[in-house]
Amino acid sequence: MTPLLQLSGVSAAYLKAEILFGLDLELGDGEVVALVGRNGAGKSTLIKTVMGIQVRRSGSIRYDGREIVRLPAHAIARLGIGYVPEERRVFGDLTILENLEVGRQPQRQGAPAWTAAALFELFPNLAELRHRPAGQTSGGEQQMLAIARTLMGNPRLVLLDEPSEGLAPVIVEQMALAVGKLKREGLSVLLSEQNLRFAGAVADRAYVIESGHIRFAGPMQRLLDDADIRRAHLSV
Amino acid sequence: MGFFLVQVLTGLSSAASLFLVAAGLSLIFGVTRVVNFAHGSFYMLGAYFGLTLVALFADWFGRGHLSFWSAILCAALVVGAIGALVEITILRRIYRSPELFQLVATFGVILVIQDLALWGWGPEDKLGPRAPDLRGAVFIMGQPLPRYDLVLIAAGPVVLGLLWLLLNKTRFGILIRAATADREMVGALGVNQAWLFTGVFFLGSFLAGLGGALQLPKGGADLMMDFTVLAGAFVVVVVGGMGSITGAFLAAVLIGQLQAWGVLLIPQSTLVMMFLVMAVVLVVRPFGLLGRPELVGGGRQMLDDPLRPTRWTFKALALLVVLGLAAAPFYLDTYGLVLLIDILIFALFATALHAIIGPGGLVSFGHAAFFGGGAYAAALLVKYAGTPMELNLVLAPPAAALLAVVIGWFCVRLSGVYFAMLTLAFAQIVWSVVFQWGEVTGGDDGILGIWRAPWVRGRIEYYYLVLACCTAAILALRHGLSSPFGYALRAGRDSPLRAEAIGIDVRRQQWAAFTLSGAFAGLAGGLYAYSKGSVFPNEMAIVRSFDGIIMVFFGGVQHLSGPLAGAATLTWLKDTLFRLEMWRLLLGLAVIAIVILFPQGIAGFIKQHLGRFVGIRPELSS
Repeated sequence: MTPLLQLSGVSAAYLKAEILFGLDLELGDGEVVALVGRNGAGKSTLIKTVMGIQVRRSGSIRYDGREIVRLPAHAIARLGIGYVPEERRVFGDLTILENLEVGRQPQRQGAPAWTAAALFELFPNLAELRHRPAGQTSGGEQQMLAIARTLMGNPRLVLLDEPSEGLAPVIVEQMALAVGKLKREGLSVLLSEQNLRFAGAVADRAYVIESGHIRFAGPMQRLLDDADIRRAHLSV
Repeated sequence: MGFFLVQVLTGLSSAASLFLVAAGLSLIFGVTRVVNFAHGSFYMLGAYFGLTLVALFADWFGRGHLSFWSAILCAALVVGAIGALVEITILRRIYRSPELFQLVATFGVILVIQDLALWGWGPEDKLGPRAPDLRGAVFIMGQPLPRYDLVLIAAGPVVLGLLWLLLNKTRFGILIRAATADREMVGALGVNQAWLFTGVFFLGSFLAGLGGALQLPKGGADLMMDFTVLAGAFVVVVVGGMGSITGAFLAAVLIGQLQAWGVLLIPQSTLVMMFLVMAVVLVVRPFGLLGRPELVGGGRQMLDDPLRPTRWTFKALALLVVLGLAAAPFYLDTYGLVLLIDILIFALFATALHAIIGPGGLVSFGHAAFFGGGAYAAALLVKYAGTPMELNLVLAPPAAALLAVVIGWFCVRLSGVYFAMLTLAFAQIVWSVVFQWGEVTGGDDGILGIWRAPWVRGRIEYYYLVLACCTAAILALRHGLSSPFGYALRAGRDSPLRAEAIGIDVRRQQWAAFTLSGAFAGLAGGLYAYSKGSVFPNEMAIVRSFDGIIMVFFGGVQHLSGPLAGAATLTWLKDTLFRLEMWRLLLGLAVIAIVILFPQGIAGFIKQHLGRFVGIRPELSS
C-alpha cells in the first residue's frame, strides 16, 4: 500500500538560511508519527514545509499519490491536510464559534466529518466559551481551539506542531487523550514534539531530526527503549 | 439653538462620504496590507459613473425614485467591479513586493484613471443631478438644511450597520476579520486568499464608489476630487485607527463637525483644524482612536546589501559624468540645457527623498511640501523682503527644514504605511494652505518675477550654478549617509529594537534624517523657483511628491546612485510624453508595467543582468 504522505529528498530554506537537507519520510493511512528532536533541529520547519507556508522547498512531497510540493497552502489544506501551528494562531478577536467557522470546509471522502457540536463534545471546555473571543481564553483552551478549528476542515491528515508546548500537565494529558481519539476516528497525525513522554504515549512510529537531517526512523517503542539513540540526538 | 443643530447636522452630512471612502480603504488595508492610493480615484469614478447612469436611467425609466437610487447603486457596483479588476490584473502580482512597489503601482492606477476620466467626461466641473423629491430645504427650528443632507446623514450609520452585519454575521465577513488578523493562517485552513482579496477589493471599491455617487447632488464631480478625498480619508483613517470601521466612522464624524464649525469661525481654518485634530490624536493615541499597533507593517521588507565604500571605478565614472555635464553647454542647445537643469534639480530632490526612503526605510509621500516649501520660501522672500537671490537660496533649505521639523515630529512616531499616509496628508494640507491663502501666496496664480541675480541671468551661467549646487549637495548627502549618522539610521531601519538597545534613539535619528532630507529638497525647490522665474502651488501638489517617489523607484532603492538615473529617466520621459495627448495614461501604464516586470527597480535589474559587463558584482538573489 502506498503511504498517505511520502517525502523524498525534501530540502527547505527561509530566505537565505537552509534548514532541511534532503529528508525522506513516510506516513501510512491511520498512522500517528512523531517528529522528535532538539530545539532548532527543524521539526517545525518540516511541518511548515509539508503545509507550504513560509519556506522555499524542493524535492518531492506526495500526498495520497499526488505531488503537492508546488501547491499553495490553501490548495494543500483543501486536499485534506490540516495544520495546527506551534503558536496556535487562533484569531483573537473572533469568538470560538467564529474561529471554527473560518476552518469549515466541505466534507471529504475517507475522512471523518466534524461539526461544531461534535467538536464541543471532544473538547467540552470550549462549549461553554463558544461566544467568547479566542484572545480571552487560556493557553490550553487556545490549543484545543486550534485543533478543533483544523478539524472543521475535515482533514485526513493532521499536522500538529508541538501540541504540548507550554501547557499544564493536566492539559497535556487531555491532549494525549484527544490525539488518541482522533486516531481511533481514522485520522492520520504527524506531530512534532519535544516532550518524549507525550510522543511515546500517542505515536506509532518516530523520526529523530537533528540539524535538518533524519538520524533515526523506527517504531516509537524502539526509540523509548534505546537510551543510546536518545542520548546521542535528544538529550540536552 | 436651531442654528447649532443645523450646524451639527451639516457636519454629519459631510462626514458620510469621508466615512465610506475611509471604511473601504481600511477594509482593503486590513486584509491585503496594501494602502490603496487609488482609492480617491475610485471615489471620483463613483461620482462620474453616477452622473452618467443617473442621466441614462432617467432616459430609460423616467425620473422617479427607483431610477435615481438604482443608478447610484449601479455606479457603486461598476466601481466595485473596476476595483476587483485592478486587484486581479495588478495588485495580485505584487502582494509580496516591498511596500514602496505597491504604493507606486496604485499611483500608476491614479494616473491612468485621471486621464480616462478626463477623456470620458471632459475637463469641466460637473454639477450633480438633484435627487427626486429631495430638492430645497427643510427647516429645523427655523433654520434651513438642504433636504438631501438628511440622506447623507442617514447614509453613514446605515452603512456602518450593514458593514457590521456583514463582518459579524456572514462567512465572508468572518473570513475578512480572520484574514485581517492572520491571513497566512486563513490560507492554511483552506481559504483561497486570492478570491478573498478580490472580494475585499470589490467591497472597498464599492464603498468608495458609493461615497462618490452619493455626494453628487451636493458636490458634483470634478477631476480634483480624487486627491482631495484621498487626503481627507487618510486623515480619517489615521485618526480613527487603521483597520477599525467604527474608528473610521467616529473620525469622519469628528472631521465633519470640524469642517462645519471651522468654516463658520474662520473660513480658511478648516485645514488647520484638521491638522490640529490629527496632531492631538496622534500625540495621545499614536495608532488612532480605535487602532492597534500590530496592524502596522506592509509588504516584505527590502533586503539591502550593506552599502560598500565607493570603489575607484565608480568614483572615476562619477567624475566622468560630472565632466560630461560641465561640458554640456558646448554640445547642447538651449532647450537641452533647460531640460538638463530640470534633471539636475530633480536629481537633488530625488536624492534627498531617497535618503529617507532607502537608508531611512520610511516612505515619504509628501516630500513636495519641502520642495515647494523651498521654492515658496525663496519666492516669498523676493516678493515681501526683496532680498537678493544668493541669500534666498541660502535661506530656502532652512525654511524647508523648519517645515520638515514640524511635520517630521508627528510622522516619525509612525512607520510603514502610516508614515506614508501621514506625510501625504500633511503635504496636502500645506498645499491647501498655499492654494487657498491667496492674499499672501497668490493662490492658483502663483508668484511671478523671481529674477536671478545679474551674474547668473544667462541660461549657461545659471546652469553652472545649478550643477555646482546639486553636485555639492548630492556629495554631501552621500557623505552623510556613509557616516556614523547614516549607519545609525540604517540600524534603526533594519532592527529598531536592537538599535534602541545599543543606545540609538531611533525616532530622533529618523526625525533628524527627515529634516535633513527636507532641507535638501528645499534647496532643490529654491533652485527650481529661480530656474523658472515663478512658483505655483503645483510644486507642492501630491503629483510632485509622486514624481520624487517614482524617480527613486525607477532608480532602485538599494543604490545611492539610483535617484540620479531615476530623475533623468522620469524627466526625460515626461518631457517626451508631455507632447502626447494622454501622457498621464501612458506614464501610469509604464509605471505599473515596471512595478510588475522589474521588481528590483531598473537599476537593480541592470545591476543583476548586465553587471558582469560593466564590472559591478551582482547581488546575491534571494
